[in-house]
Amino acid sequence: MKRADWQNLGWGAALLVVAALLPLTGDGYLISLGVSIAMYTVLATSWALFSGPTHYISLATAAFFGIGTYVMGSGIEYINYWLLLPIAGLIGGVIAALVGLATLRLSGVYFVIFTLGLAEMTRQAVTWYQNQTGHKGTYVLTELTDPHIYWQLLALAALVFLLGWAIGRSKLGFALRIIGDDEDVARHVGINTALSKVALFVVSGATAAIVGAMIAPRYIYIEPATAFTPMLSFQVVIMALLGGTGRLWGPLVGVIPFTLLWEAISSSFLNQTTLLLGLSFLAIVYLLPGGFVGLYDRLRGRAKKRSAMA
Amino acid sequence: MKRRTFFKVTTTLAATLVAGAAFAQDNIIVGAVAPKTGPLAGGAAVTHWPNIQLWVEEVNERGGLNVGGEQRMLEVIEYDDQTNPAETIKAVQRLAQQDNADIILAPYSTGLNIAAAPIFDRLGFPQITSSAATDQIGDLSGQFNDMFFLLGRSTDLAEDAVEVLTDLREAGEIGNRVAMVNVADAFGIELMAVAKPAVEAAGFELVYETSYPLGTQDLSPIMKAVKGADPDAFVAWSYPPDTFGLTEQAMIEELDVKAFYTAVATAFPAFAGRFGAAAEGVMGIGGVNTASPEFMDYAARHEAATGAKPDYWASGMMYASLQILEEAIETTGTLDMAEVTQFIKDNAFETVMGTIDFDEQNSNTAYWTVGQWQGGEFKGIKETGRDGAVEPILKSGWE
Repeated sequence: MKRADWQNLGWGAALLVVAALLPLTGDGYLISLGVSIAMYTVLATSWALFSGPTHYISLATAAFFGIGTYVMGSGIEYINYWLLLPIAGLIGGVIAALVGLATLRLSGVYFVIFTLGLAEMTRQAVTWYQNQTGHKGTYVLTELTDPHIYWQLLALAALVFLLGWAIGRSKLGFALRIIGDDEDVARHVGINTALSKVALFVVSGATAAIVGAMIAPRYIYIEPATAFTPMLSFQVVIMALLGGTGRLWGPLVGVIPFTLLWEAISSSFLNQTTLLLGLSFLAIVYLLPGGFVGLYDRLRGRAKKRSAMA
Repeated sequence: MKRRTFFKVTTTLAATLVAGAAFAQDNIIVGAVAPKTGPLAGGAAVTHWPNIQLWVEEVNERGGLNVGGEQRMLEVIEYDDQTNPAETIKAVQRLAQQDNADIILAPYSTGLNIAAAPIFDRLGFPQITSSAATDQIGDLSGQFNDMFFLLGRSTDLAEDAVEVLTDLREAGEIGNRVAMVNVADAFGIELMAVAKPAVEAAGFELVYETSYPLGTQDLSPIMKAVKGADPDAFVAWSYPPDTFGLTEQAMIEELDVKAFYTAVATAFPAFAGRFGAAAEGVMGIGGVNTASPEFMDYAARHEAATGAKPDYWASGMMYASLQILEEAIETTGTLDMAEVTQFIKDNAFETVMGTIDFDEQNSNTAYWTVGQWQGGEFKGIKETGRDGAVEPILKSGWE
């Protein structure tokens, strides 16, 4: 590893420690905002791990999130909470692999449509099963409170960042970048494009499932409508794009301002929330086409040019 | 700007600010969070929000709440949770910590109330739920001591409907053939899971049984199949859109049953508004004692203040929850929520729905389970300890 890598790791660890101190403020409102930010950070970062380099837009986050929620909901009475987290990840990963194998050979647009339908399909499958078995409400009653959930999400975020960093340095990461630039070229130079894509899709699917499992104790009462809300998939995509998917830290700098903006809009403009949200989307797309990462790179490029001229 | 004008403007501004601050200090801040958008916005607009409006208007007209000898006006801060539990949790936190709310009203629906329970519990606000039907009352109130339940257990709601049918059969009014359908979603599945064994245990013959996905637009194949099975009674564990849809199809098919039951939203005034005289004899979940002077007075005030009638199930309970809170605050003379909560646990309350006395599980054990449209009103026909139940009538045609 180069010196710069160690430096980045050090910065990351320091930021993590600072973030982990948030619950010590004892301010419940800040902590619940922190839970939102941590949750979307994990979801958007793991989403960008796959969609960033490959340019395949996945709208399946809600499907995996819901699967994780239901794994926790149906297992909590019988299995230890800490065991259920990896189980949720495993189930999410297996389903992502199956879906990936079936669809990732197709080109982008088919994939988007399929992932969009996946959340609804899984939701229908869950309700079908409940209906067949005469289900009586899913409850996740635990002792876990918001600070616990926040810390768990932070730990998961750290894992995702480490994994993303490792993938970026690996052959797999290199292969994915080539696929993103030109899939035909990638195939011709002997990259197993399908397998590489599936591998990354599994990572983001498994992560979203674990997040769902971690959030379940917060909702306590699990309903298909709240576990599989399609809104979640779109929010994750928007946040990741606002930040920019070109760099590992991109989604993070999208999640934080977006969550705060959403909070400000929904608390101050009760009846115009959707309208203002739409306007801010337009503004983001027009003013920040590459997200914050793109802006940062542009500014840096300009500064470099200026110093070169001088 | 001239100097004098500037002076005038600044002094007026300062005066307004001072007045505003003094005004805010005297007011009791009431926090309210419930759906204004999302799947449950329609239900909340009928059952939840109008009652808050009515209550606050009435209290402020009287000159506010009497807290320890001081009259204090109510000021509401509302948030939309978008039917999303994470937003409900965050909004409750925001109300408590950013807006310094003195009271926070329980949210809307089973799911959103349960998601908010840990926050209410930790902040120490009493959470008097009026739209949560669950079988986990004991577990929930055991873990969250400040959570109260007005609407009752979901099992009773389903079992009582079956009991109404059993009574009609015992009286020789209807036959033995039952067709039963449900919407394949949380509450619909839960009610069906209770009702199916109950129907079989009561010795009915289940001649047709099916479920349909949430949001099904075309319900005519279901009603055709129901008609084909030639039942004596029809039961649907349905949600608002399909309650209307199934009833409409039953009219089209001229389904000839003597007992016709649909679940959620049958008690909405809009149901009678939509079907008029054809609603006569339709049974549904909920009900109230429409003859009680307290309810009649409440319904009239509700209509005068909000321009809409209350529904015949949870509306009255929602208003009752506000009455309970009001009485607890005025009698204890404090906004100390621990004291208010203890008072609610220890006392019985006279409300528009009758006397409410919570048991050791913070549960109201006397509530309406089945109602029926009779003469333009949705009257309670089955209860778990309320006065004023009327005799059920037989459904006779759709004219």
